[in-house]
Amino acid sequence: MNNSVTNTARLLGAGLRALLVLTVVTGIIYPLVITGIAQGLFGNKANGSEIKADGKVVGSSLIGQSYNLPLKEGQETPAPDLKWFQGRPQNGLGTNSVNTQYSIILSGATNRSGDNKELIQWVNDAKAAVIKDNSTADYKVKASEVPADAVTSSGSGLDPDISPQYADIQVHRIAERNGLPVDQVQKLVDEHTEGRTLGFIGEPRVNVLELNVALKELVAKS
Amino acid sequence: MGPVLAGILQLLALMAALALAYVPLGTYMAKVYSSDQHWRVEKWIYKGIGADPDTEMRWPAYLRGLLAFSAVGVLFLYALQRLQGVLPGSLGFSSIDPDQAFNTAVSFVTNTNWQSYYGEQAMGHVVQTAGLAVQNFVSAAVGIAVAVALVRGFARSRTGELGNFWSDLVRGVVRILLPGAAVAAVVLVACGAIQNFSGIHEVGQFLGGPQQWNGGAVASQEAIKELGTNGGGYFNANSTHPFENPTPFTNLFEIFLLLVIPFSLTRTFGVMVGSVRQGYAILATMAGIWAGFVALMMWTEFAHHGPAFELANGALEGKETRFGVGASSIFAVSTTLTSTGAVDSFHSSYTGLGGGITMLGMMLGEIAPGGTGSGLYGMLIMAVIAVFIAGLMVGRTPEYLGKKIGTREIKFAACYILITPALVLIFTAFAMALPPPGNSMTNSGAHGFSEILYAYTSAANNNGSAFAGLNADTQWFNTTLGLAMVLGRFLPMVFVLALAGSLAEQKPIPATAGTLRTEKPLFTGLLVGAILIIAGLTYFPALALGPLAEGLAS
Repeated sequence: MNNSVTNTARLLGAGLRALLVLTVVTGIIYPLVITGIAQGLFGNKANGSEIKADGKVVGSSLIGQSYNLPLKEGQETPAPDLKWFQGRPQNGLGTNSVNTQYSIILSGATNRSGDNKELIQWVNDAKAAVIKDNSTADYKVKASEVPADAVTSSGSGLDPDISPQYADIQVHRIAERNGLPVDQVQKLVDEHTEGRTLGFIGEPRVNVLELNVALKELVAKS
Repeated sequence: MGPVLAGILQLLALMAALALAYVPLGTYMAKVYSSDQHWRVEKWIYKGIGADPDTEMRWPAYLRGLLAFSAVGVLFLYALQRLQGVLPGSLGFSSIDPDQAFNTAVSFVTNTNWQSYYGEQAMGHVVQTAGLAVQNFVSAAVGIAVAVALVRGFARSRTGELGNFWSDLVRGVVRILLPGAAVAAVVLVACGAIQNFSGIHEVGQFLGGPQQWNGGAVASQEAIKELGTNGGGYFNANSTHPFENPTPFTNLFEIFLLLVIPFSLTRTFGVMVGSVRQGYAILATMAGIWAGFVALMMWTEFAHHGPAFELANGALEGKETRFGVGASSIFAVSTTLTSTGAVDSFHSSYTGLGGGITMLGMMLGEIAPGGTGSGLYGMLIMAVIAVFIAGLMVGRTPEYLGKKIGTREIKFAACYILITPALVLIFTAFAMALPPPGNSMTNSGAHGFSEILYAYTSAANNNGSAFAGLNADTQWFNTTLGLAMVLGRFLPMVFVLALAGSLAEQKPIPATAGTLRTEKPLFTGLLVGAILIIAGLTYFPALALGPLAEGLAS
């Protein structure tokens, strides 16, 4: 009996020592060395790919933002600021509820299934809004032209990109609201459309923040 | 080029990359576990542990070392989370509640990485890097160690000795996982994954006002999270989060990382048992099932049946624009056919059948190619069963790799394949029958049932992915899922090591004309059949109530 207790204790002691040694190697040395290399070689990327406009940081090219008008009294959700290109819906984003000293954005998806009533409603509403918001006097958006990314929330809720199709149907609205010629805005979208990596990896996309930064410059110039 | 073609090309590129890595990595790993040389850094580590790496262990001793190491791991990680509130470097995050701390500790030690917490608002630098990420390394190394012990059981004769647990553990970390993860982490940072210790800080926004970000050692954790088939994300959104998985290339690279060790281990197996063709037969089984599942998944996701998806013109809910449907489908299948559980898109918003494919992937026992190590030993157990079935058909004592599969061996194998289904189905039944768990569902009807079935399937198979609509941070789920993870990890290991010990004691029997040629395509076919039939018979009723009902209704 005594013997087996000592044996067990000895074994657990060895386990603990092994864990501590490996913690030093993989939990302290490894992340610090990688951080050193990352900061030394890829400083901007390692710190979140921040982008600047007029010398001020306006966000990360990797993190999607919302482009909304300030919340009016009596409103529950702010209305989109239609002067700017809009990203995907973000119904899956949560708010920080655990450590309330921070107001970190909580990444996440809606996790609604294809037959979920709420999701069907969201898609319906989003589609109607996309058609209404983007139709101008001489340009009507058809329901069949609205791409899926315009009416669905992404996995992270922070999707920085939209499809080129979604950017294209926003062109007329953007031109009208900013007093720009349509072909100039279309050219801007085309310049910011990134194809598949090596021609086949991923999907073509337009980075909304970068596009809006460029749009702002264009508006300032004209 | 259309998205379907692009998806297929990505699949082909992935296969080519895996094929290129197969021989060098597989052969290297065989050398790692066969060499009698110790690296200097390993000698220091053995000195620190106080263990002699050259002592051969029989299976009970090997198992005791493994269990002691894992038990200490659970306690340490539990304590670290409970003390987070007073530890430095915790960003002011408070301590984790007991039930959630238990769940998370068990989850990372068992290579499951089920997460009932939200990464960015719960875990500080210390718990993430010195707690969770450490288990990402060592739990993967433990898995490979058990697989290697089983392979030695086949390769050795008249001994019963299976190697030294401490040496296998340390070599797995130092010679395989650490160098691999370091290279991968640098690649990820170069593409935009973050790696800093800036903590929570404010950054400007386009329309003014600040946004708050959580900085951390993300790339270093992401690399081992995929390479070790762990899957626990730094952020709540896991590998859909652009800071974890910034570009289409990193997405494909992460899929490569999570598949490369499990597939290449079949080469290690072939080399160690002295016939690489035996390894090819196992590889063909794994790769066949994996490719078939990917094809099915792409088909159903591109077809996007389901009212909301038809309305939206595509199944993009829960998927990122930069990855699209094709790459997301490859990721979803790869993560559920290994024990990874990382996600680049949310499975709950897949089509009904797509969700069913992710579940079925786990229900096969995660053997195609499975987790680091656990995939290989799971598949070898299935091979034993397949050989046994073939033996029954011709009335011959079955044998595999020159070892007789007698009563003792088949009992161990049978116990192995019964444990996980029993855990999944019993826990799911209880959760459905009791009122409080049901309140955690986001969706109702068939999909609500799927949420709970998925949770226990994921936990008992040590996957860790979720139909994340389920609110799993309740005492019931933290506790029962924790138990499912522990039992689903360590009970099978007991039977694997017992089987290994029993095989290693035998004397080899020479192959005769009547021996089933287990390196031939016929055997691969038999093995695929056995796997699908066993999983089908076990889970069909449960699947019919959940994903099949949902998929056929739409």
